Amino acid sequence: MTTILASFRIALRALLANKMRSSLTLLGIIIGVGAVIAMISVGSGAKKRIEEQIASMGSNLLVVMSGSATSGGIRFGAGTVPTLTVEDAKAIASEIPGIKYVAPSYYGIAQVVFGNQNWSTVIYGSTPEIFEIREWGLIKGRSLTQQDIDGATKVCILGKTVAENLFGGLDPVGQIVRIKKIPFAVIGVLSPKGQSTWGQDQDDVIFVPLTTAQKRLFGMQFPGMVRSISVQTTDPEVMKIVEEQINGLLRQRHRIPQGQDNDFTVRNLTEVASRAEESAKVMSLLLGAIASISLIVGGIGIMNIMLVSVTERTREIGIRMAVGAKGKDILLQFLIESLMLSLMGGILGIAIGVVGTLILVHFTQWPILISLKAILLAFLFSGSVGVFFGFYPARKASLLNPIDALRYE
Amino acid sequence: MDILIEVKELVKIYQLGEIQVPALQGITLSIERGEFVAIMGASGSGKSTFMNILGFLDQPTGGLYLFEGINGENLSREERAEIRNRKIGFVFQGFNLLSKYSALENVELPLIYSKVPGSRRREMARRALSAVGLGDRSHHHPLQLSGGEQQRVAIARALVNQPSLLLADEPTGNLDTKTSKEIMEIFKRLNEEMGITIVMITHEPDIASYGKRKILFKDGKVAGDHTSRL
Repeated sequence: MTTILASFRIALRALLANKMRSSLTLLGIIIGVGAVIAMISVGSGAKKRIEEQIASMGSNLLVVMSGSATSGGIRFGAGTVPTLTVEDAKAIASEIPGIKYVAPSYYGIAQVVFGNQNWSTVIYGSTPEIFEIREWGLIKGRSLTQQDIDGATKVCILGKTVAENLFGGLDPVGQIVRIKKIPFAVIGVLSPKGQSTWGQDQDDVIFVPLTTAQKRLFGMQFPGMVRSISVQTTDPEVMKIVEEQINGLLRQRHRIPQGQDNDFTVRNLTEVASRAEESAKVMSLLLGAIASISLIVGGIGIMNIMLVSVTERTREIGIRMAVGAKGKDILLQFLIESLMLSLMGGILGIAIGVVGTLILVHFTQWPILISLKAILLAFLFSGSVGVFFGFYPARKASLLNPIDALRYE
Repeated sequence: MDILIEVKELVKIYQLGEIQVPALQGITLSIERGEFVAIMGASGSGKSTFMNILGFLDQPTGGLYLFEGINGENLSREERAEIRNRKIGFVFQGFNLLSKYSALENVELPLIYSKVPGSRRREMARRALSAVGLGDRSHHHPLQLSGGEQQRVAIARALVNQPSLLLADEPTGNLDTKTSKEIMEIFKRLNEEMGITIVMITHEPDIASYGKRKILFKDGKVAGDHTSRL
């Protein structure tokens, strides 16, 4: 066997001898590897984005909505008829195990005015627990307290979008805004959360104490009325059980006879989100698969060129065999040649894939992750493509009969 | 004396589709170490086939071939490559040099396959090139060299591993008379001074006269075997 170094030199010379052909062959691999890298990066970026959105929604989250109104056989959707109360929320918190936080909420849309600026947004009345459930911090000021709830104080916390629209560059904390003409002191500004899984701007919101929303802003059709109750369980495993128990408890409290529909709906938001995550995973797999096909096509290109090369260099093979090259020397020579082609293509493809991904990031603002794993994978994959598709031509060369190869014209 | 090559009833039949073409029809002869043999014969007489078998490039259909006492029949492809590499040097009519490699690199080729390390490889190749009078042209590529020079590179390549047998198939076939003479002088010197056994095919009588022994092939058989006494 020749030394590996000598084999590499021989392979390099052979590739340089046919620059045009080598570079066109390279192109196949470059495109393949580049596509794999870019697609995996886009896919993992999409997955990451959904994960962020799930985290922004709050994990292990169940939302109990008021029941749907039915009028003349037409059902109006969850939340249209208020059926839930603060007492329901308290009962859920005290009677069902496995629950971390419960936050009853009452919300409506109202116009907010500051100076000569106005903005219509969701006014969300809730308890301090809502910020724990949604894992939502403040960038300025303070949060709601139990005193705010008890006293139905006229304070509010602005979402980032609202703060920007009403105050521009000004510091909102300590200022007075008017919601439905009632003056509210701004006590804090929430950190930005961005879009929800379904594309809603989560920062376009104002939080006020639940009691304030009930008594001062929107009024109540019955005492303690809320529109929804957010429930966070201690861990994801108990969500199914907690969901069932909430169903049972509320049916009992609302005195719903057997066989009749619930006047409320329990939604498992985590489930919805994980379904979105699932589809992102499928998408990135699909993208990766399509990109891999182009890599395989590139590999077939290598095989094609190597076969041509073996035929063209039959005499050279004969000369080498005549001076003592063994079958495995010839095999190694051609294998290294195709391996070099594919690895060079791999390296260039990685560079192009990374640059392409960065360009994509620049124009789409997607969070695209260039993972080291994807790069390594693409490199190894291109190497194996080289060995796999180079083996047949190399073996064909190594099995040539010396005298036939020498006589080949 | 020491016998290098011994063949008995050597037969080679080529299969061309349905037809069987006999190239060698029972060759029996032996060649001793240090001989300079010229094989002559008309084209189609089987002399090239015979030489390819001697050089382990091809295998006989039947008969016995002993090289340095080793039976060629039982050797694997790898073992035959090993013998070609270490024991046999080839010089062809068409030179058979690698056109993309320099003269020096062409001469190094057999050494690559006998795993001689790089620096020693270059040193040995340089010495072989000097021995054929091409020390100053070692970095030229074959296409930049004349026919005679190319053949000398081929001779250097054949010699570099210090083989016991040099096989030359019409070495002067592509060369003019003057260059042919120069090449034959090199052969003569190699045989007389270094004691290398040479088996050479030619159809030119004055080239053949360099050989001390002349074997005539006809229709795949030995038709004459004559050793000149000095």
